Amino acid sequence: MKARVYVMPKAGVLDPQGKAISHALDGLGFAGVNDVRAGKVIELDLAETDPAKAKAAAEDMARKLLANTVIESFRVELA
Amino acid sequence: MKAAIVVFPGTNRERDMRIALKRVTGRDPLMLFHREELPRDLDLVVLAGGFSYGDYLRCGAMAAQSPIMKDVKAFAEKGGHILGVCNGFQILIETGLLPGGLLRNASLRFLSMDCHMRVERAGTPFTSRWQKGAVFRSPMAHGDGNYFADDATLDRLEGEGLVAFRYTDEAGTVTDAANRNGSARNIAGILSPNLRICGLMPHPEDLVDPLMGGTDGLPMFESLAEAFTTA
Repeated sequence: MKARVYVMPKAGVLDPQGKAISHALDGLGFAGVNDVRAGKVIELDLAETDPAKAKAAAEDMARKLLANTVIESFRVELA
Repeated sequence: MKAAIVVFPGTNRERDMRIALKRVTGRDPLMLFHREELPRDLDLVVLAGGFSYGDYLRCGAMAAQSPIMKDVKAFAEKGGHILGVCNGFQILIETGLLPGGLLRNASLRFLSMDCHMRVERAGTPFTSRWQKGAVFRSPMAHGDGNYFADDATLDRLEGEGLVAFRYTDEAGTVTDAANRNGSARNIAGILSPNLRICGLMPHPEDLVDPLMGGTDGLPMFESLAEAFTTA
């Protein structure tokens, strides 16, 4: 079973990468981009076949390693 | 003082740290590779600068999971003294031995330059040779040194006197211009509640000999040496 972990800078935490991307888009002439936040996606291929257990395991991995919950939030999706 | 420097794949400032420690103790610190065990009779463990494990995932995140860090955590729990500089500070944060996070520099630029820091907490094993309010110069070189913590944590750090160093101008004034990486409240270095763990982004070990261009960073190492000779 595959799980995707989306890791994003927490709301209220400065995201300088998102800001830089926003400026670059502006420079390319893309108007109307109000805000950009940049995070990362981590794909896990899990042996677990039970969706609830797979999700719980991925969330545990996110809390312990994949995200630093002081500065990042995460969300797990099963694929 | 019996000191050990932990060396991870990608650590690159361990020799500078060795020079600084040797200068104040007269003997070489142990250099421990990440797969080795921590000896039991250490006074000080140092996590040096660099880019451990290629900064994969987050700076310090991989090193925090390496086998030797279990020993370092146990050492901390027993009241051991730990200094983390630059990547070492990032590793202490990822290990949870110090609070907060270190974000990408607000400018997005890798900053390789001198900065000035003001000593906010004197009288600790890392700062006893300075007066409170003393200002000293230090090289810094990092891409992710933007200290972040929520307001409650920052208030606690300040209230309990656990902010060790703040970025200031040469005169010791806290300014935005002096805060090149954008750290919350200009915080450059912090201490654990028992004052035995200190993490900071700049590199005092790179200014400990006139041949390096100055000795501004030497008091930190003299403080440590003194802590363990009088103890």
